Amino acid sequence: MKRPDTNTESVGTSGTSVDSVTSVDGGRRRGGRTGSRRGGGNLVTYLILGVLFLVVLFPVYYGLVGSFMGERDTNSFPPALWPQNGIYPENYSNALGIIPLGSQYLTSVLQTLGITAGQMVTSALAAYAFVFLSLKWRAFWFGVFLSTMMIPYESIIIPNYLLISQWGLKDTIAGLVLPFLATGFGTFLLRQSFLSFPMELRDAARVDGAGHLRFLFSILLPLSRPSLAALGIWSALSAWNMYFWPLLATEDPRNQTIQIGISQLQSSDSDSPGMVLAGVMLALFPTLLLVIFGQRFIVRGLTAGAVK
Amino acid sequence: MNAKPTLRDRWVALAYLVPALVVFGVFIFWPLVKSIQLSVQGTDILGNPSGFVGFVNYSRLFSDPDFLQVLWVTFAFTVLTVIPSIAIALLIALLLQSRIRGVRFFRTAFALPFAFSVATASVIFGVLFNPASGVLNGLLSYIGVDKVQWLTNPDLALWSVSGATVWMQIGYNLLVLSAGLGALPDDILEAARLDGASGLRLQRSIVMPLLTPQLFFLVVVGTIHALQSFGQIKILTVGGPEGRTTTLVYSIYEQAFANNNSNYGYASAQAMVLLVVVLIITALQFGVLERKVFYR
Repeated sequence: MKRPDTNTESVGTSGTSVDSVTSVDGGRRRGGRTGSRRGGGNLVTYLILGVLFLVVLFPVYYGLVGSFMGERDTNSFPPALWPQNGIYPENYSNALGIIPLGSQYLTSVLQTLGITAGQMVTSALAAYAFVFLSLKWRAFWFGVFLSTMMIPYESIIIPNYLLISQWGLKDTIAGLVLPFLATGFGTFLLRQSFLSFPMELRDAARVDGAGHLRFLFSILLPLSRPSLAALGIWSALSAWNMYFWPLLATEDPRNQTIQIGISQLQSSDSDSPGMVLAGVMLALFPTLLLVIFGQRFIVRGLTAGAVK
Repeated sequence: MNAKPTLRDRWVALAYLVPALVVFGVFIFWPLVKSIQLSVQGTDILGNPSGFVGFVNYSRLFSDPDFLQVLWVTFAFTVLTVIPSIAIALLIALLLQSRIRGVRFFRTAFALPFAFSVATASVIFGVLFNPASGVLNGLLSYIGVDKVQWLTNPDLALWSVSGATVWMQIGYNLLVLSAGLGALPDDILEAARLDGASGLRLQRSIVMPLLTPQLFFLVVVGTIHALQSFGQIKILTVGGPEGRTTTLVYSIYEQAFANNNSNYGYASAQAMVLLVVVLIITALQFGVLERKVFYR
């Protein structure tokens, strides 16, 4: 799950099986006010929720508001909790100027697109073979794919680093993308969805003369859009948010990803928290959109490592 | 369509696996073999393997007081992050089940931490933890507490890093638990209510047992995830002070990559420790524990 590590390069690290979680559309909708029991209970609920809300959301709030605050606000003590001495949008232009955040943004975009597209293609092909083709030693190959989800990436990162250096791929997009072009997690996610595809439809397509690739790309995948979207969002989230591998695979600041860029923004200029936070907001923006608008698909992929 | 598959069919099928298998082979399985190989090699000052040394790296590991501290820190970090992050997410998830207005808003808001990467979250916490002008010390000053050295006090740093990590985990845990709660069978809940169960009683006797698969899943995934933590330590404390926040993966990084150390052999031995621990946890999950979890 990890996941896409959440988090990081390890989305769906463990092949876990919680089958009862998979079939959910993101929380239940309860009937409006049928059960307005004791108002006192509700008040307590609101109170606890409110406190948790303040605590959990504070870093989000301060990240956003702080990114518009000047040094007079952020560097005084105690620091201001909202802009009291003017608003500083130039934090953003400063952040873009001090390190090549622009080219780092581009690197992150290319890395994310490459990994996402690659994972979708390799996963779709493999899942297709597992579900529709007469694969010899199916159980064995299944085990091979499963085992890739159990090996923590950090335990093999040294040889990967040596390999990429040896191939002269340090500081290149290829070096950032290649190691992540396939995923067991994605294969199992799509496999689960393919399994529910009606066989009659498939047979009909074959009778009409559609070959394997044709059937896969023009019939099966378009009809599996929700699962494909789930895979795409998980891949994109974990690729964009990667930290350890890009840290090793790049050296020149111009070739680094935005994640590495903002962490160095912090050490390079800790006198201007506003600018540092502006960099964070820039790095956060795409994933924030994905989480707000793609939650339905994220939930679908939560436990797709689930292999029955 | 049920004709016996020909040899050609079988090769075609295999061809569909090949793209993924090539990637796995080159970037997972081969490196795995190399990792094992490196772990029984010495390393010269240029970082090149200097020949077979047997289990020297491994025996050094378990007599190295620094590494024993690494294991302890990793264990403490795991306990300090996995349990609180699940407990807090569970509390939020249960509260969001109650019939109040604004649940949708709260649900989206509480999922926001999930969008943060380890780098974005760590940098924000770095600003909050700043001892001279950080908001945390600012808030504490209102109740008369002196400036706290969140990340440089040896007794406190691990707690601070763990706190930040708990925050990073809450969003994911909440999504899993909410999905689980959403899938609870309405008839069982209704039956329990008709029998007079409500409030805490309902939560404890009905909801919690039904939620054990999700809780178990989160403990396993969370533990593995905690063992792999790296970014927050690199960004917030660089393993210090006095190595008190040097977890296993940070130690691997330090031995292999920091300050041009290039101790690939010794680092690889540590990487194998990580691998074995994660495999043991995965095996436990598949084998022993899963049978004791309540499944419907």
